[in-house]
Amino acid sequence: MRSIKNFLSKTPTGIEGLDEVTNGGLPAGRTTLVCGSAGSGKTVLGLEFLVHGIEEYGEPGVFVAFEETEKDLRQNVASFGYDLEKLQDEGKLSIDHIVIERSEIEETGEYDLEGLFIRLGCAVDAIGAKRVVLDTIEVLFSGLKNQQIIRAELRRLFRWLKDRGLTAIVTGERGDGQLTRYGLEEYVADCVILLDHRVTEQLSTRRLRIVKYRGSLHGTDEYPFLMGEDGISVLPITSVGLTHTASKERISTGVADLDGMVGGKGFYRGSSILVSGTAGTGKSSLSMTFLKAACERGERALYFSFEESKDQVIRNMASIGLDLKPWIDKGLLHFHNVRPSSLGLEAHLASMHQIIKRVDPKVVVVDPITNLISSTDNSGVKSMLTRLVDFLKMKQITAMFTHLSSDGTALESMEEKVSSIMDAWILLRDVEHEGQRSCALYVLKSRGMAHSREMRDFVLTDHGIRLGDNYMKGRNSGKKQHGAHAGAKRASSVKRAR
Amino acid sequence: MAGHAEKRQLEGQAKPERWMLRLYVAGQTPKSVAAFTNLKRICEKHLAGQYQIEVVDLLVNPKLAKGDQIIAVPTLVRQLPVPIKKIIGDLADEERVLVGIDVRPAAHTGV
Repeated sequence: MRSIKNFLSKTPTGIEGLDEVTNGGLPAGRTTLVCGSAGSGKTVLGLEFLVHGIEEYGEPGVFVAFEETEKDLRQNVASFGYDLEKLQDEGKLSIDHIVIERSEIEETGEYDLEGLFIRLGCAVDAIGAKRVVLDTIEVLFSGLKNQQIIRAELRRLFRWLKDRGLTAIVTGERGDGQLTRYGLEEYVADCVILLDHRVTEQLSTRRLRIVKYRGSLHGTDEYPFLMGEDGISVLPITSVGLTHTASKERISTGVADLDGMVGGKGFYRGSSILVSGTAGTGKSSLSMTFLKAACERGERALYFSFEESKDQVIRNMASIGLDLKPWIDKGLLHFHNVRPSSLGLEAHLASMHQIIKRVDPKVVVVDPITNLISSTDNSGVKSMLTRLVDFLKMKQITAMFTHLSSDGTALESMEEKVSSIMDAWILLRDVEHEGQRSCALYVLKSRGMAHSREMRDFVLTDHGIRLGDNYMKGRNSGKKQHGAHAGAKRASSVKRAR
Repeated sequence: MAGHAEKRQLEGQAKPERWMLRLYVAGQTPKSVAAFTNLKRICEKHLAGQYQIEVVDLLVNPKLAKGDQIIAVPTLVRQLPVPIKKIIGDLADEERVLVGIDVRPAAHTGV
């Protein structure tokens, strides 16, 4: 029988995203099973549930560790910035490490697990705990022989937790053909969360799924989650916050001609701009110009480079008259260079979030996102990028993402998927003719503003970027042939030469 | 059966002076009463004059459960001689208890 209370009473976990996915948190006064394979983040999730409970909701918590010692636990979460010792000293957190050493235990005759109940009760009463984590209670099965007794006692334990109104998490190791190795799901009927740690093409992605949540609406998808320096954060695709304020302020791209194409004032602050083009069309140059313009306005700018080293970028930009050194010296221009293959996508995005929080820039460039996309499957990328774009918008950071497109490949469709979360899309197209190569720029879309439909000649000069005339100008017909484009291009080069 | 004290001396091992045994229970349940009765009987039979039993009721002293890592009751802990040994259950099986606390029943039954 379900009561109304089942539908309403929830205990927020305080874990970023998880409360959205569960529509408010875990069932209050009930036990939730969190299962997953080794290293999937069960322990961290449990600890975070307690730490957030203490710090944000004033609910003390008990952590019963069957596997790790107090010291190990403290060290493991210290990297997330949690000081368990302090919480213990303040009497808000209790950690009980239970050791079951099968080799030193002999069993003879009847027994029960009242000792465990007493210890748990003692810890709960001592600090007035509202939350309990048992990690992982399955150790009982490997530590003791009499399975019948354990099963009966587990049933009693879950009833005991419920009678006391404790919101609990029990963790369980993933088993073959069932959620947990010893079938814990049999005892926990209210909420089951599955954590998964997959490695595809040598790169890891963590996912979370609510397998079951009795009497509650919940997201049924698999959600990617991050385990970054701030702990766990779940990335619900649905939670894309479209509540951010839209700025009316316009900022220059650093290329006067390009600003001219979008109403003479540049793009909106806080918008996301996608720059896509084939190799060597000047995407990095354009994005660097954009960053330099921000620095000239006295704004902090951050450049994520997945392809080139900092020195290489500085050298290359010098060749088109962009001197970046002064801005780096002034502390306005920040670089973050890393190989995309060095980390999984989730780790990249987590670290990007953190760097953005630390640097607190007004303008960010990710050059290129292609490498991130290629590093994992498509759906994951989109949700992660959505999350990143969302985060940037929330902070009113204007972002430019470059994207390497290669005609006729799967990336093209990817580009379209990505473009839907972008506010503006600039295309750089490579044109070849008679041994000559040139580049054209056009603005494919730019939300909320009138923009030129022209295709302009994109030229890298010693003094930065210039846009030439309309590509079609001075041509005799509207034939959409490369030859025709090149003809126009030649015409404009001649014009430039004069 | 011959006297156990003599037998143990025949083994030629350094025999421990004292057996410090601690029995953890949770209240006066049938299981805890049985465990105590069984333990007393086994000790009188095999360790007469050499043992000391301390009964800890976790309902009275719940905090003591942590120290000896008690989760099941009844649990018998052999404090001395070291190393620590644990037997859980009502101690109904004498042989197992003797093996569990290292009183080597094999020496008694051997030819």
